[in-house]
Amino acid sequence: MSAVSFVDVEMVFRTRERTVRALDRTSLEVPEGQFAVIVGPSGCGKSTLLTIGAGLVTPTRGEVLVGGRPAQGPGADRGMVFQSYSLYPWLSVRRNIEFGPEIRKVARGERRRRSDELIGLMRLQDFADAYPKALSGGMKQRVAIARALANDPDVLFMDEPFGALDALTRQVMQEMLTDIWQRFKRTVLFVTHDIDEAVFLGDVVHVMTVRPGRIREVIDIDLPRPRTFETLAGERFAELRRRVLEVIHEESLKAVESELTALSA
Amino acid sequence: MATVSQPAPAPRRRGFAATYLSPKTAISSRSLLVLAVAGFAVILGLWTLAAILVDNPFFVPTPLAVVVAWVDMIATQGFLVDIAWSTFRIVGGFALAALIAVPLGLLMGAFEVARGFFQPPINAIRYMPASAFIPLLILLQGLGEEEKLTVIWIGVFFQLVLMVMDIAHRVPTETLSVAYTLGASRWTVLRKVFLPATLPEVVDALRITMGWAWTYLIVAELVAATAGIGYVILVSERFLRADRIIAAILTIGLLGLITDQVFALFSRWAFPYVEKVHE
Repeated sequence: MSAVSFVDVEMVFRTRERTVRALDRTSLEVPEGQFAVIVGPSGCGKSTLLTIGAGLVTPTRGEVLVGGRPAQGPGADRGMVFQSYSLYPWLSVRRNIEFGPEIRKVARGERRRRSDELIGLMRLQDFADAYPKALSGGMKQRVAIARALANDPDVLFMDEPFGALDALTRQVMQEMLTDIWQRFKRTVLFVTHDIDEAVFLGDVVHVMTVRPGRIREVIDIDLPRPRTFETLAGERFAELRRRVLEVIHEESLKAVESELTALSA
Repeated sequence: MATVSQPAPAPRRRGFAATYLSPKTAISSRSLLVLAVAGFAVILGLWTLAAILVDNPFFVPTPLAVVVAWVDMIATQGFLVDIAWSTFRIVGGFALAALIAVPLGLLMGAFEVARGFFQPPINAIRYMPASAFIPLLILLQGLGEEEKLTVIWIGVFFQLVLMVMDIAHRVPTETLSVAYTLGASRWTVLRKVFLPATLPEVVDALRITMGWAWTYLIVAELVAATAGIGYVILVSERFLRADRIIAAILTIGLLGLITDQVFALFSRWAFPYVEKVHE
């Protein structure tokens, strides 16, 4: 059974001037324990799809199933990591991580055990009692991921989590994420516009079309795990990367063209 | 580029222009201190010069005469009682305004419903000067303390409520969204995320509006009062005591500075986690 599935999800934004069809009958299934990546040109509605999945936005039509049951509104079963970290600056690293368990009234000892484990995994030991202002971007995002994992969600949505990081930090974070994912085997739906990132992380890459957004192609990534930076140098990686790139490139061209026609109209 | 093992090189002397006239380049804290002292010295110098040139202590007393007057006011004129009255009015009027403005502003920033209802009238009233209400308030409330507290209340409340609303409105949506995906209810999000996210800036807003409160206080005391710093200023004018007027004005400046520092210290103590971009 799929951990999460989107069934004919349609999203239409209406402003006074115009109507934008962000998602057009999009269907997508993520099996239990899979690391799924959505990649697509900017403005294709991939982030919208995630916020719908997390229950933060109600779709115009269609529904989201979690473990086969329709999900309504946000909940602790679906965690979310944003590009902007969105840490709580008034809480220490540890209390940020314990925020979810705390509001769900998990016992103090159990909370502590979980945050200790995640702080160790994320190599944040020296900063457990620091405020977020003392952390670098990469560390902040590690706290945000730990905070989401501390809640033990069925599905973890990640919306371009490494988009604000420099290239070197990003590579380190990707390796760290694959490590942690192999340990936890959570179902992940990860959105990015970085093709290398998509191929490196995913079991499967869904390529999205431009507005109206739709899944255009699903590419299986059969790279062996564990994946390390050496994976990036492999031949198979280059092939898969090329395939994703071809589809994306076509879509990006379409996006530019449709913008041009919109401008000339 | 020096390597790590070498001792730190002595700072190279640069030319005057390179040191002081490069845009947005920091200068030493000693230079800043010298400049700050110089700023005061120039003002005092110009003031003394003006006093000598005008040569009429009724209109332009020397700085020294003002200090003498200030000591005399405190020692023999009961100026401390006036200061106490003014402080009481300020604190009272300001507290009454903040007590309502802060919760209402937070509510307006959080809920469109509250904003839609309250913002238009508050926006309109904000442009009506607090001082213009004084005659009306005297008619309604007489010349007692209520009238003075109300003037300050009007001056502070309508500004503060909109500032707090803006602060609350600027809380990033994602900050709240994350809490929902961690299992928080709406009430929990309001209490444990929204409120703490706004607090440091709300204290900043209080600090700023506290400064404005002094303006309204003095206006209220100039129009109708039997005690207070504004009253002292008015009486001093009748007796041609420019030295006392200036001493009273400087006293207000000093009290303002103290209040400001108290707020700053409180902020640093209560919100150690805030990233200070500029102190």
